[in-house]
Parts: sequence; C-alpha cells; structure tokens
Amino acid sequence: MAANQGENRIDRVLADEPPGLWPFLAAGYPNLDATASMLRAFGKLPIRGVELGFPFSDPIADGPVIQHAFSEALSGGIRVQSIFDMAASVRDSVDYPLLAMVSASIVYRIGMQTFVTLARAAGFDGLIVPDISLEEAPTMADCVGEAGLRLSMLIAPTTPPQREQRIAEVAGGFLYYVSVQGTTGERGALPSDLQAHVAELRSGTGLPVIVGFGISTRQHVRDVCDFANGAIVGSAIVRTITEVLKAGRSADQIAGVVGALVGELAAD
Amino acid sequence: MAAVRQLDEAYARAKVDPDYWSELDGYLTHYVGRPSPLYLAVGLTEHLGGARVYLKREDLNHTGAHKINNTLGQVMLARRMGKPRVIAETGAGQHGVATATAAAVFGMKCVVYMGAEDIRRQRLNVYRMELLGAKVVSVEAGQRTLKDAINEAMRDWIATVDTTHYVIGSVMGPHPFPMIVRDLQSVIGRETRQQMLKEAGRLPDVIVACVGGGSNAAGMFYPFLKDKDVRLVGVEAAGEGLDKRHSATISRGRSGVLHGMQTVVLQDDDGQTLPVHSVSAGLDYPGVGPEHAHWAKTGRAEYVAATDDEAMDAFELLSRTDGIIPALESAHAVAHVVTLAPKLDRDKIIVINLSGRGDKDCVEVARLRGRDIGS
Repeated sequence: MAANQGENRIDRVLADEPPGLWPFLAAGYPNLDATASMLRAFGKLPIRGVELGFPFSDPIADGPVIQHAFSEALSGGIRVQSIFDMAASVRDSVDYPLLAMVSASIVYRIGMQTFVTLARAAGFDGLIVPDISLEEAPTMADCVGEAGLRLSMLIAPTTPPQREQRIAEVAGGFLYYVSVQGTTGERGALPSDLQAHVAELRSGTGLPVIVGFGISTRQHVRDVCDFANGAIVGSAIVRTITEVLKAGRSADQIAGVVGALVGELAAD
Repeated sequence: MAAVRQLDEAYARAKVDPDYWSELDGYLTHYVGRPSPLYLAVGLTEHLGGARVYLKREDLNHTGAHKINNTLGQVMLARRMGKPRVIAETGAGQHGVATATAAAVFGMKCVVYMGAEDIRRQRLNVYRMELLGAKVVSVEAGQRTLKDAINEAMRDWIATVDTTHYVIGSVMGPHPFPMIVRDLQSVIGRETRQQMLKEAGRLPDVIVACVGGGSNAAGMFYPFLKDKDVRLVGVEAAGEGLDKRHSATISRGRSGVLHGMQTVVLQDDDGQTLPVHSVSAGLDYPGVGPEHAHWAKTGRAEYVAATDDEAMDAFELLSRTDGIIPALESAHAVAHVVTLAPKLDRDKIIVINLSGRGDKDCVEVARLRGRDIGS
C-alpha cells in the first residue's frame, strides 16, 4: 500500500505539527456514508488526526453518548469489514493519521494478525485497544509494529509510575492519557492536576502524550494543547450528531454541522 | 487495572491470614447458618427410580442462595482495603441481595446494578435490596439483563475505584475475581465431601450444578477435581432450545474476550456479544467463568443444557416430591438429573447443588403458566 510506505503519519504529525485536535467519530453513526462525509470534511480542517471508534456491543469505558452511537450503528447492521471498506474509500482524499479505536473482543475474534493486516490495507496508521492490559499488550504491539502501524496505550490517573514506564516501553506513536477517572463523556472543567500529570508523563517516558476523556470545549482543547501533544474530543462531537438527527435533519447535513463544530474546536 | 492489582495484593495477603478465614468462618457459621445440610431427596429419588439423589441445601443459607458465601468474603476484603462503598451487578437479584446484606453487616454503602428486564422479573428482590439499605440502579442499555448490569457496574468502578470495591458475583471478570469467588464458594464442595463421606462412606458418583457465570458449580466442583471417579456435570440454560434463543455458552459458544477475561463466549463473527435468553435471570449471561471453559476443554467436567420448559417442570416437580421450591437456576440442575437418575443403578449417588430457593421465581413461573398472582 502506497499510503503506508515510508514514515508513519502519526509520527510525522507529532514531529512536525504543533499540538492540536484529534476528533473521535463512532464509525457508522448514523451510517457509514455520513462517517465518510465527515472524514472527508475533516481533511480540510486544522486537525491533527482522527480516532475512528469501532462500534462494540459492550463498551465498558464509554459513557451514554458513545454507547448510544455504538448501539445505533450496530442496529444498522454495521460490520468490521464495512468499516475498513469505508476507511479505504476515504484514505486517498485525506492525509491526516487515522487510528482505529477498537475493543480487544473484536480484535481477538477477527484474529490479531488478520485485523492488523486489514487495518493497514484500509489505510489506518494506528490502533488503540482500550481494554487490553499491559500483560497482553506486547504480542499485539509486535504485530502492529511489524505492519508499520502504532499501538497507542492508555494511561489512567490511577496508573502507578512504574507501570507507566512499562506501558511506555510497549506503546508506539503516543500515550493516550485518560484525563479523568471514569468513562468517556463531557465534563465542565478539566482536573486541576492534569497539567502536572501530563508533564510528569512526558518527561518520564519521552513519548508524546495526547489527552482524552472529558474534553469538550474549544477552551479545553486550547488548555490541553498548552501542555500536551494533543487533545481528543469524542462525546461532544457524537452528541452533536445525535442532536442533528433529533432535529429531524438528514444524514447528509451532518458533515456540515459537525465540520463546523470540529473547525471551531480546532481553531487556534 | 490499578484496582484489580490492588485487589490481587489484598487477597494474596488475606489468603494466608488465619484471622481473615476465622472471621469469615464465624460469619458463615453463626450468620449464614453453615454447614448447609446434605439432604437425601427421598421423594425425587423414588419418583425417578434410579440413582439416589442428594441435595446440597445452599437454598437454606441466609438470603436464600449460595451467593452470601462470596459476598461476605469480598466485603471483608473491601474493608481490609479501606473502601467504604461496594457495588455489584445482579441478574436474578440473589447476588444483589447477598451483597446488600453483607454491606449492611459491615456498615458499608451499597449500589446494585440490575437490568431493567430483570427488575421486572424479580421485583421482590429489588424491594429486599432497598430494605437492606442498598440503592438499586435500573440499567436500560443493551438487552437490559445481567451482561448490561455488569457493564454499568464496571463503568461505576472505573470512576470510583479509590473508594469502591466491585463485588463481582460469579467466577468471571478479570483476574483475580474468578479465583477469589471460586475460593470463597469452595466451602460448598468441601462440606459436601465431608458430609458424603460421613453419610455413605464414599464420594458421590455424579455431581450436578447449574452454570451461568458458574460460581455455585465452581465452588462445588473445585474440591472434587482430583477425585477422578466423581463425574462433574454443569448444566447451562438452553432457553427456548439450543437452535433458538438460549444462554448455553459452553454448549454453543467459542473462545473470545468479554468483561476482562478470555473464555468461552457467545459472540458473532465480529466479536459482538450475541443476545442471550433464559427463563432464569441468573443464567442469562453470554460468557462463562474461564475455569469452566478450561474444565470443559480438558474434559474434567461435562457441560449439558436444560431448556426453560424442562427447568420449569423440574421447579414444580421438586416442590411436590420433596417440599422444596428450588430457584429456577438450580431447577436446571434438577432438570438434568430428571433424565440422568433413571439411567443409573440404585446404588449410584448423585448430588445436586441446590444453589438457591425459588420464592423469588414464583410470580414469574405463575405468569408463564398463565396465572396472575400479582407481584
């Protein structure tokens, strides 16, 4: 695949571009055409990369907004292969890094090697498997690394420093710092000790750190980008999609509304 | 992960601490009422006309099921970890009641997550939990049953791990939960072993227990693992039939990952959890404890399935033959014995782990039999 030759897009963006926004989308919500339109719209915005969530029946790390999107996408009959097909159809028109956020349940069922091969062929640059533990991660990291992709690992506020080091040794690309103890979802304010934690993590591991969970406003994104290598916004974007649908607007209008939101979140 | 590692360390210390076990034994004796009797079911044995059938009477425990063996032990661990709040998932409500009970004993806050569909089926247990001071949270996500209650309890725990212990109700979830729950439930098998030797001078030929997540079966089987002549049989819920809606995980599932464990699960080709069904809310789960998956693979235990109808028939049968109303979950084990006992000689011995009492199921069984006895 030409798209995967040479330098990994995640590494390139983290090395060359200032910290910025990494929007999250639930694949297939409300349908794959709408997801593809949003991904194309993101290509014209000052974002750094996109996290594409693979809908899962039992997303224990997700709050109600993303749970709802996943269960709607699954009710619509979404399949793993159809997500890869959609991503492949978009890949040539956008140049940002694309990460698959996917449950270990899905990866193990498809088969680790097969999943990574399919992800690479579809133009993904990295994987985030939020429910894989450090003990299980090295095998997956090897498999992902050999394909030229990056396995980003999660660090929680409760992760002890020694364990952070061991996670950093396994991780590729960046560390995904979970800003809050809890599930995904919008919060009013960022935790007061977030900056100190991220600074410690960056200096302790030498890896870029991108922060997710609970980041929902333009000000949050700006604040986080002052001390981290990027900010992930998920629920606020997915909720906007739900609101557009509730207002009775059609799926083709979503890309415009969500594009405007993401453009605003990403603005300097 | 930090939470399960902390639990692992706390349990490793408690496991070798005689004070932990002597305190637990005190509660099991004086509060739960252990040892539970091993009772020769004369009526059922005569009715079936084959092997002698004994019942391990976990239904006689305080709170009406085996679940209390586990919750007391885990709430004591929570106290050792300095956590003032416990949460639990529940299907039939028995584990929720047992957790609420142990929390009341130790003065802890308790929140129980329960699928909305199960709340409908098990309203008596919801009221019992509230009476015991617990808060019951209705889970509307997914199929609104046990699996979804587990998801919601895990979400709570992720956010509250500093102050909260998650009392998992079965031999499932991430390590060390399957081991802790098995160890705490093993009192069932240890007692059965001693009682059987005293009663008959030998071990039973067959032991039968129902399997949802598999805690009562694991606790019963574990002390007999090395007794190769003792057949161990787990009975899953075949629901409407194995080709229709069911929750017979080992019979019909395959290896996969769910709820922090690699085990046998009911999943589609994409790793999405399949909808499951059982008339008994406690067996309505798309996974099974990883140790059961292992025993199935090695052949040490066999796993069969009983349908909703067979379980309801057994529920009614045991009520009439021996004056014992079994939980619908346990009725699955009875249902298997209904077909097994007549095939065995009269000098053979079967033990059924009668894991719980059936009062909680009367309204639902009556409804399914076409009688409205209110709720």
